[in-house]
Amino acid sequence: MQKIAELIKKEAESLLKENKVTAVWAWQPGEFYYDNSPVCFTAPEQLDKLVYNEFCPSNLGKYLMAGSKKNETMAVFAKPCDTYGINQLIKDHRIKRELITVIGIPCSGMIDIKKIKNQGVKGIISVSVSGDDVIVTTAYGDKNFKKSEVLLAKCMSCKGSDYMIADKELGEKMEVKCQKLNPEDGVKKLEAMTSQERFAFWQQELSKCIRCNACRDICPACSCEQCIFDNQEAAVAGKASANTAEEQMFHIIRAYHVAGRCVGCGECARVCPQGIQLGLLNTKFAKDINEFYGKYQPGADDDSKAPLVDYKFDDVEPTISAKGVR
Amino acid sequence: MLKINKAKWAELFAALSAQGTLYLPAEVDGKVDFTVWQDGTEVNLQATQTAKSIKNVFFPQIENLLDFKTDGLKLSVEQRMLPEEDTIAFGVRGCDVCSFEVLDKVFLKEPVDAFYKARREHCTIVSLACSAPDETCFCDTFAIDATNPGGDVTTWLVGDDLFWQANTDKGKELTEKIQALLAEGDEAGVNAQQKATKEIMAKLPLADFKIDPKIPAEQEKVFNSAIWKQLSDSCLSCCACTYVCPTCHCYDVRDFEIDNKVERFRCWDSCMCKDFTKMAAVNPRVSRLERFRQRYMHKLVYFPENNEGTFACVGCGRCLQKCPVSLNIVKVAKALGVAKDV
Amino acid sequence: MCNCGSKDVLTPQIGVVTEIRTETSDVKTFRIEKPEGGKVFDFMPGQCAMLSAPGMGEAIFSITSSPTTKDYMEFSIKRCGEITEYLHAIEVGQQIAIRGPYGKSFPVTTEALKHKDLIFIAGGIGLAPLHSVIDYMLANRDDYGSIDVVYGARSKEDFVDYKELSEVWPKEKNTKVHLTIDKAQEGWTGNVGFVPQFLKDLKFTPDKTVLLCGPPIMIKLCLAALIEMGFAKTQVYTTLEFRMKCGVGKCGRCNVGNKYVCKDGPVFRCDEIDELPDEY
Repeated sequence: MQKIAELIKKEAESLLKENKVTAVWAWQPGEFYYDNSPVCFTAPEQLDKLVYNEFCPSNLGKYLMAGSKKNETMAVFAKPCDTYGINQLIKDHRIKRELITVIGIPCSGMIDIKKIKNQGVKGIISVSVSGDDVIVTTAYGDKNFKKSEVLLAKCMSCKGSDYMIADKELGEKMEVKCQKLNPEDGVKKLEAMTSQERFAFWQQELSKCIRCNACRDICPACSCEQCIFDNQEAAVAGKASANTAEEQMFHIIRAYHVAGRCVGCGECARVCPQGIQLGLLNTKFAKDINEFYGKYQPGADDDSKAPLVDYKFDDVEPTISAKGVR
Repeated sequence: MLKINKAKWAELFAALSAQGTLYLPAEVDGKVDFTVWQDGTEVNLQATQTAKSIKNVFFPQIENLLDFKTDGLKLSVEQRMLPEEDTIAFGVRGCDVCSFEVLDKVFLKEPVDAFYKARREHCTIVSLACSAPDETCFCDTFAIDATNPGGDVTTWLVGDDLFWQANTDKGKELTEKIQALLAEGDEAGVNAQQKATKEIMAKLPLADFKIDPKIPAEQEKVFNSAIWKQLSDSCLSCCACTYVCPTCHCYDVRDFEIDNKVERFRCWDSCMCKDFTKMAAVNPRVSRLERFRQRYMHKLVYFPENNEGTFACVGCGRCLQKCPVSLNIVKVAKALGVAKDV
Repeated sequence: MCNCGSKDVLTPQIGVVTEIRTETSDVKTFRIEKPEGGKVFDFMPGQCAMLSAPGMGEAIFSITSSPTTKDYMEFSIKRCGEITEYLHAIEVGQQIAIRGPYGKSFPVTTEALKHKDLIFIAGGIGLAPLHSVIDYMLANRDDYGSIDVVYGARSKEDFVDYKELSEVWPKEKNTKVHLTIDKAQEGWTGNVGFVPQFLKDLKFTPDKTVLLCGPPIMIKLCLAALIEMGFAKTQVYTTLEFRMKCGVGKCGRCNVGNKYVCKDGPVFRCDEIDELPDEY
């Protein structure tokens, strides 16, 4: 990853120096090795702060919305999975394609620091990664992990090393090496439940919600200028809920609204401070859409019609033929 | 000093629970959070930090304040009962204990918030000293002693013994009620643990983190600094930081119509929300930059100005752990500290 | 029932609307008393109260009537949002919830205003808080010097309390009312033009003390005009308007810098505002 970081830096430098773009979205280091933040670089001399390692999970695509509105030219570094979200934002007219330069960067999987900390690791001073070996130096001694065992859940169901959109690709493509997870497995478990069990599951899961909106705000499919849940006058306005139905309403409405547009990036579940298994809702929708309308991957391109906004005579909705539309 | 062995903790929790609703850190849905103890609760006294703070014991995320009833032109208001339930907050770390002092400066200042005051008065705080601080901890920045966390009772977990020391009348009263379970213990183990903990703290990445004194002193320069742009550019404007924060206390008051009556409730709110300051015609903090700046200005500049230098931060590190994009008060304070225009 | 003595700060009292006057197409004045008669609470000019629209919430309003009025309070309210819509739709006899008083008043009892020659400058609904001060001063006329009221509205029909402005106040001792409207209209013989220019035309000498209230842009432009005329910011008092939920400096949304508009304002001297961050 270190080599790629150097390539990214060089690329960012030439983009800014040659005035090809006014802003470059990348990552900068935090206080610890594992807490890199997205950052917008606007001058080459800022680039010594650029970082790329196993702790850059954020998709930077959504940050392009603000600049797009102001007609700024921007470059963005995108891991293969990030490119789906960027395409979706282009398709939803939130990013102007002609303003952005997408630079594909290879990724071998991002590490989930929570998985490490959940094993009782505290007082982390540094983390070093070499191949599959992760050495965590702490104030209480060193701990060793296998990267393949501490990857983010979203990386364990990695969609592959291809870029869905890229004006340029840096470095050699990399694979995520681990025991792969199929996100649909979780959905299948839910489908096997009785409706009462399923209701109880979701009640329990969604009751954890503190309405911080992190899931919405990180989501590349949640790009409304004004979210209905931010509307003071709406009876379902955000913040704390008057009753539990309201939290459920929030998540269900959100899942409906991103259905067919959710790229399955898994960011909602990653950022949830309460650890709600949010991806399950979206995956259920994606699975149903695939079954009803044929396989479809949102964000794989920036111009195809999504199944829920495209109507065909052989669609599953019985009303179409019954009403004689055919 | 008194102590109680792990073998008797179940009895201890049952006895405490008989004195009032007992909140303690426990495994809840795969994370450690304060929860009401009952038989079978998986108590966790090892976790450095609970996922959320315990502020909701005094300042619930949502609470009903009053009911309106309408009858033609007539209107009546009935305030909800002030809470009278005795509570015990057990296992509270030093940072969170200090967070109550910050909240007190808001809610107990005249005019007093009656609901908060009632809960606060009915609660006995049993703190738990830290023995395994995390890299995200920086309570020392605010001169909080994690190894001697205060509250009505202080406890230290050394090996399998929980050492117990009452600090206040409330603490002594509680101690008397459970006296039979406690044995005499000597302080040597506690002292050794305190020393070892401080040595660990000195090794942690934030050991030397200090908030530059010019930050609270230079309101105008800090407010106008160019760094807010770059910092706020990557903020998502979600409320995760404010909702896990033990000192954030902004709230909203709203009405909810149910079954032909109106409940007025108070709920946590966040200055990061778009509509926080929105009025019919104008919004004084319309941009993300302004909202982001407000949160940190409040914690690092305005609150100390209004409260004899006390920062509205206790160094618990929850925002460091929970921010989806790893922005946090440490990053902001450090950036302000080195900003050329501050 | 509540287990009081301790009524919470957020718990309102009941008042009843005993009179509603239509002032303009979008402003009504509401008179509120206790159900058993009498003023719901005492206050000083410039202070505010929270009025409730049950089911919709609360909003803060300036009290328009004078503290010297013993039996009731009045509020002139412009229709501009959900809660004001509700208020504009109610009828006489409707009970409503009210709490207050909130904020600092204009310093009417101190040397800052006593025995000073005063100019009141208002735009549109901005007359509401000043109305309270003017009536208070007229009731204690000998404590204050000359009074000039400069009031601008979009049209003649948009003056709040036109009858009082044109017929009552000008008859008081040493009191003048100067009205201006934005655009010429039939039957209007008074001044036409915006308030800042009108101020300059009126050629006030900068030895007077000013109380200024109106839309933010008007406040900014009037302040600039006053400074051009030789006034110092220390001579000018104004009010800030912010969204508020608690009214008591706790809920956290009406701060400008370390000041809470609900508690430390809404009345500020203009030099005090200068010390605050530019976020209002």
